Formats: sequence, structure tokens, C-alpha cells
Amino acid sequence: MAAEVSSVEVRDITIRLHRAGAGQKLLFLHGAGGLAQWLPFFDDLAEGYELLVPEHPGFGASGDAAWIRNISDMAMFYLELAEALGIDQAHLVGHSLGGWIAAEMLVRDRARFDSLTLLAPAGIRVEGVISGDNFIWGPEERIRNLFHDQAFAEQLLGLELTEEQRNLQLRNLFAATKLGWQPRWYDPDLERWLHRIKLPSLVVWGADDKLFPREYGALWRERLPDSRLITIDQCGHIPHVEKREVVSREVREFLKGVA
Amino acid sequence: MKFVSFHLMPYRQLDLAAAREHRSTWVVLPNSFYDPVKGAEEYAAYIDFLVDCERLGFDCISVNEHHQNAYGLMPAPNLIASALIQRTKHIKIAVLGRALPLVSNPVTIAEEFAMLDNLSRGRLVCGFVRGIGAEYHSTGVNPYFSHERFHEAHDLIIKAWTQPGPFAFEGQHFNLRYVNLWPRPYQQPHPPVWIPSQGSTETVVWASHPDRRYPFMVTFSAGDVVARNLNAYRDQARKYGYEPEDGQFGWACPVYVAETDERARAEAGAAVESLFNDFLRMPIEMLIPPGYTSQQSMQNFFKGRSVIGAPTRITADFLIDSQTALIGSPRTVRDKIEAMRDKTGLGILLPMFQFGILSDDLARRSIEMFAAEVMPHLQTAVTKEMA
Repeated sequence: MAAEVSSVEVRDITIRLHRAGAGQKLLFLHGAGGLAQWLPFFDDLAEGYELLVPEHPGFGASGDAAWIRNISDMAMFYLELAEALGIDQAHLVGHSLGGWIAAEMLVRDRARFDSLTLLAPAGIRVEGVISGDNFIWGPEERIRNLFHDQAFAEQLLGLELTEEQRNLQLRNLFAATKLGWQPRWYDPDLERWLHRIKLPSLVVWGADDKLFPREYGALWRERLPDSRLITIDQCGHIPHVEKREVVSREVREFLKGVA
Repeated sequence: MKFVSFHLMPYRQLDLAAAREHRSTWVVLPNSFYDPVKGAEEYAAYIDFLVDCERLGFDCISVNEHHQNAYGLMPAPNLIASALIQRTKHIKIAVLGRALPLVSNPVTIAEEFAMLDNLSRGRLVCGFVRGIGAEYHSTGVNPYFSHERFHEAHDLIIKAWTQPGPFAFEGQHFNLRYVNLWPRPYQQPHPPVWIPSQGSTETVVWASHPDRRYPFMVTFSAGDVVARNLNAYRDQARKYGYEPEDGQFGWACPVYVAETDERARAEAGAAVESLFNDFLRMPIEMLIPPGYTSQQSMQNFFKGRSVIGAPTRITADFLIDSQTALIGSPRTVRDKIEAMRDKTGLGILLPMFQFGILSDDLARRSIEMFAAEVMPHLQTAVTKEMA
């Protein structure tokens, strides 16, 4: 399925928006690596839903603004974007950084959303279980550590990137640094407000996630009031890529159950 | 020309082969490699070495700040500066520099420098730097805000030195209701500020601004890069509408002299290789974390030819031939310094006589020969008086 690409203006930022499918709106927020390509998982979601995939401010082909300085600004920005797009009674899905933004949005205002799906989200920490340090990992290590099955890593490592693609990766890395360097990939205030997300929630974790170990999933499950945790064996930090079939099935079943 | 004898105080006793098993000599090299008994000997030897520079006729001695590494054992350079003040009479003492973005309250830097300036009765020179990339890993400070924090901390420190206190400082990163420096600096309006740099455009534009005119010290770069960066500073100053003085142009590099070029190369080769290949060994993720430089600079870096953090082993021949290090006979070294002076108006040389694993004996022989056979030809009576 081909996504329709458009631009939306929210405040002074032009956002690149990918859109596919029809039905109830589903907003997907991508991870810190950006939206390098349209994923088969998106096609799965677009069957029966109007899938909206924006590129974050500072990432990919979207604009940026100096006033976005931290994760709170990102959350408030996306609440404004949801309003601008007329999003209502929608599902919210986020991966990694995108999951963190999603949770920060919903502790502030959950009125426009019916459910939350988190795929290996950043945003909280488990004391004593140190997360992986993607900022010190080398370029190859950074890719390898995202996957359990190294065939996925090999495939990415085998890609010949153009200079433009490399510059985009660098841009994403700068934006990710701004949001995630200190404290490393979490917001000390978020955990104590997660009980505010009184929505059906699904948390998906790879049992072999080297960035955020599986204990992080258990803490999300504990703090979100109406949540279920699925931990997938032999799976790393990008479950919807590495275990697309099972993740698509579980997410779709979950969303169906919400409606 | 002024001569500033510069020291990093490396941990020479490092087991280089074993250290290579680790990702870097910075941040993650286990501190079990550090033996306090040997380390204490190093501090004593290095301080003696710097103190002796007064007798040898140098204008200034200099130390700097680095954290969590074997390359430089001065996480708190002001402690060393304080010791040097007690053991010297007239020579200037430069701390090149303190890393402004890495602290949570820059007033502490203003206070400590003001103390040193008083303790030395005005012999202090203050360097302001941003720390190297690895230090954003070891302190946790977000490199994305490195430039912002530097500029804000700089403004706060200068204001603390020059404006009557108490005053309130309202910044993005630093907010203080009461800034009221006790003691105030001895030198008025404040001690000289120097900017050591690898030579980024942002730094050139900022340091050369007419409000600041901060002397600019290009560090550890190939000779042609040094010349290019110093001339970029001159061009920028002229764009601002003024002609910079020689004292605004500095060059910091490893220096070794012996009777002949061959002997110098033989005696210092392994040491200068250990500096660039072992003590400065770090991956790009540590050297330039995102935001430490602009995205454009980072893109350029991948195409550039910095000698720090290079993926392959750098030879002494390359370092000498590229004039990253000045190693040779007194005549050779003097010629190269004069050539750089003629090309750039260089007014301050910051030779580092001990580098990498270089022994005290060799470093001492080299500095004595430099002081006797190189420095007098270049150090004018006028600059001596200025010092």
C-alpha cells in the first residue's frame, strides 16, 4: 500500500505526514531513528484504520523550532497537532522515543484518544537496570544492538546510503540527543503520573531488547492502570520489524477489543 | 613572541597494550589501571618540571582540565595552579582552560579563578573551553546544549568579575538570584581570557569579536590547519574592522629538540605516537557527540583530516612532516616556528615538552636545549617585559 505524503503546519513547524488506509484514526509516533522507510507493519495497521505517521519536529523531512527543547515540548506539540488534524476517538501507537512522547501526551490530556499501544517505549527507568547506551555505541554496534536476529542488522548494514540519507541520519541523531541524552532516555516526572492514563493500554517488548531491557516493560505494565504486557522471545528493540506478524496480530486484536 | 610551557600531566605508567583492549583511553578505561603510588610520583615530577620553567626564562606555565582518562590527570587544574603559585615568583600561570558547559554553577569557576588571581597577585591567565566530546559522556551534560551553556557561562563569569554585586543572573541554563563575588579578581577589569580551540568557525567568529578580542590558541592540529585557522581569525578581525595584535595568535603543539633531526626523531617518536594513538584514542561517538559541533561541521569532519580520533595508526613521521608536532634540531624547530610566525603573525607559542610516555630525562634535556638555543632568538626583550 502506498502512503499519501503531505505537509501540515502546526504553529511554526511544517510536519511531513504519511497517511494510509481509511477508518478510525490511528496516530503512530516513530522512534529516534526516524522514519527511514514505510514499514510493512504500517500496511498491517492501515487495514481498517486511517493511519497517520508524522515525522517528528527535527527529524527526517519535518521542520524544527528552537523552542522545542525537551520531551514536554514534544508532547504539547503533538497535542496541538492532534487538535489541528481533528484527531478524536483515535488510537495512539508509539515506538521507543515515540512511545515516550505518547505517554507524555496522555498524562497531560487523554481526551482525544481511546487507547495506547507502546512498542519498547523510552520514558521511564528501572533503577538498577541500566539501559543500553546508544550514544556511545559505534555505527555498526548501534544497528546490531537493535536486533536479536542479526539477519535484520546485516540487511541494514548492507545498504549503500546516499550522502543525503547519511545527513538525514545525522539530523535524527542530533534531534534524539536533544531529547534523550540527559537524563538518558527518561523523564524523572513521568512515572509518577502514569496512573493518569486511564485507557486500555498494550505494552509490547522484545525479550532481548539491548537498549531497554525487558524489566522496563514490567514497570510500564505495573504503572499503567489498564494495561497488558506482551514480551516476545528472540526479539530486540524493534518488535514491529523483527516480529512483525505477531506484533501486527496482537496490536490489531487489541485495537478491535477497544472498539 | 611569548612562550608558554604547557603540560597535560598524562598517566605515563599506563599499560598501553592492555589499555588497547578497551573502547577508549577515555570514559570507559577502568580506573584499576591507575596506581596511586605511581600517580603521586607523576604529579611531583610534573610540578617540578613546570616550576623549573621560571628559571629557564619562559613567560608562562600552563595546565588544563580533563576528566576520566589517562591522557591528562587534572580534573581540577586549579589545584595544580595553586601549587605552582606557591612555588614560583614572577612567571604567569595559565589554566587553559576550564570547561564551562560541564559545571552546574559557573560562579564556582569565577570564584576559583578570582582566588588564584589574588593568590598570585595577578599572574593568572584564564582559559575558557567547552571540554572535549568525551567529557559529555563522563559528565552526562547534554552536548546538544554545549554552545548555549558555554556562552551563557562565559557571560555570567565576566559579569561576576566586572559588575558590582549582588546582581541577579537570568539565563536558560543558569539562574542565580544573588551573584556577588568574594574575592573579586586581582587584575582589573579581569584576568586575561584565552581561547584554546581546534579552530571551529563558530569559535573564530566569537573569540575575535571586538568586545572580546580573546587570544586564540589552535591546539594539536597539522601546521597548515593551524595557519588556516589563525588566518581565519585575522580575516574575521579585519571584517570587524580592527587589526589584531600578535598576542592574539597562539599555537599549542608537542615540541622536542635534540642535537640533530635524526636524534630528535629517534628519541621522541614513540612518545608522540603514544600521545595521538593511545592517550587520545577514542571513537567518533566520544570525540564529537551530536551538538558538540554543528551538524555541518560534523559532516565536514567525516571528509576532513583531523589527527585526533583518526581510525588508523598515525606515525611519528606523519606527525612531524605535517607539523602537528615540532620535533628536530634547534635550528629546524626554530625555522618552523619562524615560518609559522611569518605566515600568521603568531605571537604565542605553547610548546608541550612532555607528551605521551616521554620520560622526565628526555623532556628535561629537550626543554633545556629549547630554552638555550631556540627561545632566545624568538623571545624579544619587549615581550619579556610584557610578561
